[in-house]
Amino acid sequence: MEETGADKMKTRLGRLFVIGVPYLWLLVFFLAPFFIVFKISLSQTAVAIPPYLPVFDWSAGWNGFVETLSEFNFANYVWLTEDDLYWRSYVSSVVIAFTATLITLLVGYPLAYGMARSPKAWRPTLLMLVILPFWTSFLIRVYAWIGILKNEGLLNQFLMWLGVISEPLVILNTNTAVYIGIVYSYLPFLVLPLYASLEKMDESLLEAAQDLGCPPWKAFWTITFPLSLPGVVAGCFLVFIPAVGEFVIPDLLGGSETLMIGKTLWMEFFNNRDWPVSSAVAVVLLLILVIPIVYFQHHQQKTAEKAA
Amino acid sequence: MRTGPSWFNITSIVLGFAFLYLPILILVIFSFNESRLVTVWAGFSTKWYGELLNNQQLLQSAFVSLRVAFLSATAATVLGTMAALVLVRLGRFRGRTLFSGMIYAPLVMPEIILALSFLLLFVAIDQPRGFWTIVLSHTTFAMCFVAVVVQSRLVGFDRSLEEAALDLGCPPARTFFVITLPLILPGVVAGWMLAFTLSLDDLVISSFTTGPGATTLPMMIYSQVRLGVTPEINAACTILVGIVTVAVIVTSVVTRRSELRRERDERRAVAATG
Repeated sequence: MEETGADKMKTRLGRLFVIGVPYLWLLVFFLAPFFIVFKISLSQTAVAIPPYLPVFDWSAGWNGFVETLSEFNFANYVWLTEDDLYWRSYVSSVVIAFTATLITLLVGYPLAYGMARSPKAWRPTLLMLVILPFWTSFLIRVYAWIGILKNEGLLNQFLMWLGVISEPLVILNTNTAVYIGIVYSYLPFLVLPLYASLEKMDESLLEAAQDLGCPPWKAFWTITFPLSLPGVVAGCFLVFIPAVGEFVIPDLLGGSETLMIGKTLWMEFFNNRDWPVSSAVAVVLLLILVIPIVYFQHHQQKTAEKAA
Repeated sequence: MRTGPSWFNITSIVLGFAFLYLPILILVIFSFNESRLVTVWAGFSTKWYGELLNNQQLLQSAFVSLRVAFLSATAATVLGTMAALVLVRLGRFRGRTLFSGMIYAPLVMPEIILALSFLLLFVAIDQPRGFWTIVLSHTTFAMCFVAVVVQSRLVGFDRSLEEAALDLGCPPARTFFVITLPLILPGVVAGWMLAFTLSLDDLVISSFTTGPGATTLPMMIYSQVRLGVTPEINAACTILVGIVTVAVIVTSVVTRRSELRRERDERRAVAATG
């Protein structure tokens, strides 16, 4: 088939269209907003609509732009260092998210392992059963735990009925409840990539190890676990990064002792209506997460390219 | 090597699934509870479902949520499918790294950062907030999920059919609609459903980007939960869980079937030519 000049032109235009539309969309609705957040984090709080100064004046052109720049200040960032609420929120968010990620790994690894080693015929069903809670509302799943963890809740009723405890345990409104919430909500995020890497594993390696007299536990630590590391890494990032900024879980399950930056940001925004400070909080949170996010994206792209 | 499932594997599967499903199951059971107290069983009753039907506010917000989810999932599916094609098919071009970065970053980015940035964008361009600003923000973050789902479908895909069509002079756009799209359709449908449920589920982004008159169901549930648990919410949640479960099971059965049929047809075609 001869390709004429007009056809070539058409193909090129088509290519430009397919790349251009999603690209432009993401530039306008995903990337540009971050620059705006950054800009506003350098503005002053004002009693106005919108509640910050200065506002870009497009009609003033370049001079207006320079003037706006000169009015920028770092007062909001200085403020973040002065009130130790923010500092403690960042640290405690990272600690909570990290601990929760480790617990999720401990809970999720046996599940993913069991699924990957189950008979082939079961696997699609098991996979669907892991994905199904992911499709049902996150808010509902967190809410369901309130009824379980309350003082007079089902867990305490059950434990008292068993006679394990005589007084109800206080779990709701503590950090323990937040851990339970994060582990529960994010478990599928960890199990799926982990299952994918465990399932791909070549079992003949284990057979060889067994034939050579390697005990199962040693075979697990020296063969299975290292080979599943890509899945472990991807899963842990998928849990850790969103968990750091989590709002719903600490708000519904956590108590006054629970400090998480997502909740602090929400309060700053909705209760204090301080947009510039919320923006500064978001910028610093993003900076904390830049390295894990870039690493995750790099990892994803490599996996996608390898598969392609 | 033992091939049968070991006791360890079975135990971990059973415990894992018990952990995943017990809370949801308890919620469903207690939505049929006679008592107002959520944790005390006082007999079977469907009265909370009746109350739910009389709760205008809740129904209205559910309707807003459904419309937002439908519009944003549809737009996200179109954009996300294009994005997946770009990632898998269009090879290298300038700005590819930035593009794939913008696709993967929203998957992990804490929602609250996305929410604030969407809001500030709408304020900066002086767009009054409400129904449409929620739709736009949902479209943006959902398209990235669609892109990833469709991408995985495109990766394990036999390109010879497409190449044959192109060789026979079928224009690329037509090739896409006649050959490629039907083959990746299960991925596209799964992507749409994922986008739909993500939108239906979202609390944080909607709360930041909403305006007067546009309250979504999660926002309504959230405000009622904060005021204290009511069994009506259990009923509403049970209905949602039921709808999603049925939808997911139906789609997976349908895709499974159509896949089996396609495989059979392909085998037949091969047998006929060979």
